Amino acid sequence: MLRFDKISLGFGDGPVLKNFSLEVLPGEVVVLLGRSGCGKTTLLRLAAGLLRPDAGRVANGFSRTAVVFQEPRLLPWSSARENVAFALAARGVPPAERDACAKALLARFGFAAADMEKRPLALSGGMQSRVAIARALVVEPDLVLMDEPFAALDIGLRRDLQDLVRETVESTRRAVLFVTHDVTEAVRLADRLVVLSPRPAKIVHEARTVPVVDPARIHMAAAALLDRPEVSGALMLSGRPPAATPVEEGYAEMPAVPDCVSGAAG
Amino acid sequence: MTPSRLARVARLLLGLAGLAALALAWEAGHRAFGPFVLPSPVEAADTLIRLFADGIALPALRVTVANALGGFLAGAVLGTALGVLAGLSWPVGAALRPVMTITLGVPPIAWVVLALLWFGPQGGAPAFTVLVTAMPIVFAGAAQGVCARDPKLSEMARVYGAPPMLRLRALLLPQLLDHLLPALATALAFAWKVSVMAEVLGGGTGIGGAIAEARAHLDLPETMAWILLVVLLLLVFDGILLSPIRRRLAERGEGASRPAAARPVGAG
Repeated sequence: MLRFDKISLGFGDGPVLKNFSLEVLPGEVVVLLGRSGCGKTTLLRLAAGLLRPDAGRVANGFSRTAVVFQEPRLLPWSSARENVAFALAARGVPPAERDACAKALLARFGFAAADMEKRPLALSGGMQSRVAIARALVVEPDLVLMDEPFAALDIGLRRDLQDLVRETVESTRRAVLFVTHDVTEAVRLADRLVVLSPRPAKIVHEARTVPVVDPARIHMAAAALLDRPEVSGALMLSGRPPAATPVEEGYAEMPAVPDCVSGAAG
Repeated sequence: MTPSRLARVARLLLGLAGLAALALAWEAGHRAFGPFVLPSPVEAADTLIRLFADGIALPALRVTVANALGGFLAGAVLGTALGVLAGLSWPVGAALRPVMTITLGVPPIAWVVLALLWFGPQGGAPAFTVLVTAMPIVFAGAAQGVCARDPKLSEMARVYGAPPMLRLRALLLPQLLDHLLPALATALAFAWKVSVMAEVLGGGTGIGGAIAEARAHLDLPETMAWILLVVLLLLVFDGILLSPIRRRLAERGEGASRPAAARPVGAG
């Protein structure tokens, strides 16, 4: 399990975390939801060992931790296959084996053989994100840290990739700590939802949830979440969110988007 | 056929057209000022062929190649090693940078004089001068290449626990080459010039020595022939040593130049 134990951390411009505690248990998807700049990414960096807290302790008891960054961070001079194999090379897996593993996983992620040999520049944004996720999952981690990995993608692609994450996580029971500022993304993915206040980050709402896949119900669930004053307050929407309401209703009345339905069914 | 291939052919043709224009200007100069100021290109080429036939060109060529390449390789190895070191560790970089700036600032002609005093005209003066000229150029390229690394990729490698050798091969080297290669090309071009210059001043062997002798005899066609030879050398070695690496580097950006290939599958 991953445990943040009374963490405090500040940069030059004041505290980012103050006495913050949180646990991630094996096999659960914990989503940290909060505004940009609230300290979510800092928490992930702490978990990845890229930062040290000023006070408190981060204990990572998982045996393998993998990270999916905000940007794909692929090696531009290497093919998709080589990029995935890189994570295995870092673990000392022999070349033939790592190539086979990378190919198998990329194939499962919808890559044709020709696409596997393309360099990142020749791949679309969604494909690049898939490569980045494959690179994280190919080492069979028991904890995956994901830092708004889909923020730059359009909504359809984001849903596909969210489904991909859910599928792989459910079939392999990996723990995921997923950071986002997107309420619907949080509702779609979370086993446990943690809403953070702006800096210094405090947990204002925490709930066990069942991931919502039905597109209509996602927005109802998101609206229900935003109805809580502490949540909308933390996300800096005063009271009942004025902008969110009509959008939510609009979605509920809309005939189901065929893509999403097939995605949810499949 | 393909647009990129067409562009390559066009580039080659235009390059040849430029060379032809240069030859024409040379010929025009020859007609305007007479053979005592500027011998014709044909005469210079004839002389060069005669020099080869008489067995004079090849030994001179061998000496100059040894001087230039020996000095260049030593300078490139030293410059790369020190540059990488300077890029990786800022104290080393801070200590080395002014030294390299001074080395770069001393005119090659001053190095020639110093080297001639130190090693004598027959010794390693040309090779040493080439080394000292090439090293700071390569150093600057290597240091910059290391400094310009993408910190986000380094962080990714760290998170994935990549061991030092893998980071060197998969991350550092490709990023280093981007800056190192132009520096190496520049240093190689300098190597020929400096080597020939040192040979001329040393009045000894090699193409430079031959040029000095031609000048003493006021033999303009032969001087031009030797100059032709130096230029040919530069082109050949640039083509053999650096072009293949340059091509590999260019392939990296290939995806960007073909937007049609970037479209497909996406939504999956």
